[in-house]
Amino acid sequence: MFVIVVGGGKVGTNVTRTLLGMRHEVIVVEQHRYRYEALEEEFQHRAIYGDGTELHVLERAGVERPPDVLVAVTGDDEDNMVIGQLAIERYGVGKVIARVNDPRNQPHFDLLGLQTTVSATSMVMALIEHEVPEHELVHLLELRKENLEIIEIEISEEAPAAGKRVESLRMPEGARLISVMRNGKAEVAVGATELRPGDQVLAILEPGKEDEIRQVFLAKR
Amino acid sequence: MKALVIGCGRVGSAVAKKLHGSGWTVSVVDETEEALGRLGENWAGEFHVGHGMDAAVLEEAGIAGADAVVVATDGDNTNIVVAQVARLRYEVPNVSVRILDPARAEFYTGRGFEIVSPTRTAIQELTASVLASGAA
Repeated sequence: MFVIVVGGGKVGTNVTRTLLGMRHEVIVVEQHRYRYEALEEEFQHRAIYGDGTELHVLERAGVERPPDVLVAVTGDDEDNMVIGQLAIERYGVGKVIARVNDPRNQPHFDLLGLQTTVSATSMVMALIEHEVPEHELVHLLELRKENLEIIEIEISEEAPAAGKRVESLRMPEGARLISVMRNGKAEVAVGATELRPGDQVLAILEPGKEDEIRQVFLAKR
Repeated sequence: MKALVIGCGRVGSAVAKKLHGSGWTVSVVDETEEALGRLGENWAGEFHVGHGMDAAVLEEAGIAGADAVVVATDGDNTNIVVAQVARLRYEVPNVSVRILDPARAEFYTGRGFEIVSPTRTAIQELTASVLASGAA
């Protein structure tokens, strides 16, 4: 596999090193001289010096072949967005992975057609939500291509779903229960499964169905 | 008519003053408070401190109801993103953006916003003036 990594900071350097260790072909692009020199020392000709938002720099990296994957992981969201747009729309790169530094910029990435994004902040926040029980509905995983997401819900004492069997719940269209976790043990949810307070339930649903799910599981009686 | 000017450097501030002088309601956005000084002592329009990519700042500055947006920060990529956000997300009818790099200016042409590339203009004019002198 041929991969171009734009941005040779901590993320870019480690992605490059790991992919090379897996015997993939990798080119890493870095625009700051001091970082480039360190990259060149480690990766030799696989490091390229220049601004990855400039077309001739991307072309020097081999974007016209095109690469199987291009990874835009600079520290600037606007750069990652432009790199991603150029790769997809001008050079026909099939897979682009873009880093979101400021989660507030996520809607811009979506707007510009960059479907696969990675945000360290958002991932840490999801983990915090997962660990902190006062959040009753937690987003665990977003499957962007499939337009589905997996959420976790904790059944409280006063939840409308408490004491009910799964088959009697009025689940919204486009949502399914996956599993029920009780006392540290998880079981696949079936129609006869009865929900009890304290249960942690996993559900898969189309984004935007959260409010309907909330009404089934969380609304106060 | 209402215009938003994003980036209050030499270009943005002059455009804002001209639009204001022509009777437009003008709202200016810049990252630094000091940029307000470029608008003169008695700037009567709005001025908002914040980053042009921050949707909250754009909305506070009134992008939703704007007739025109001028994007002229000192970063090409910031300008490219903000112009697309103004056009696609807020559906501002008239968006003009400065892009210095001629290659990126060409790539983003034909997307429903006006691109002004001072570098491209300079290249064309300088070349033309030399060629004209050679022909004389």
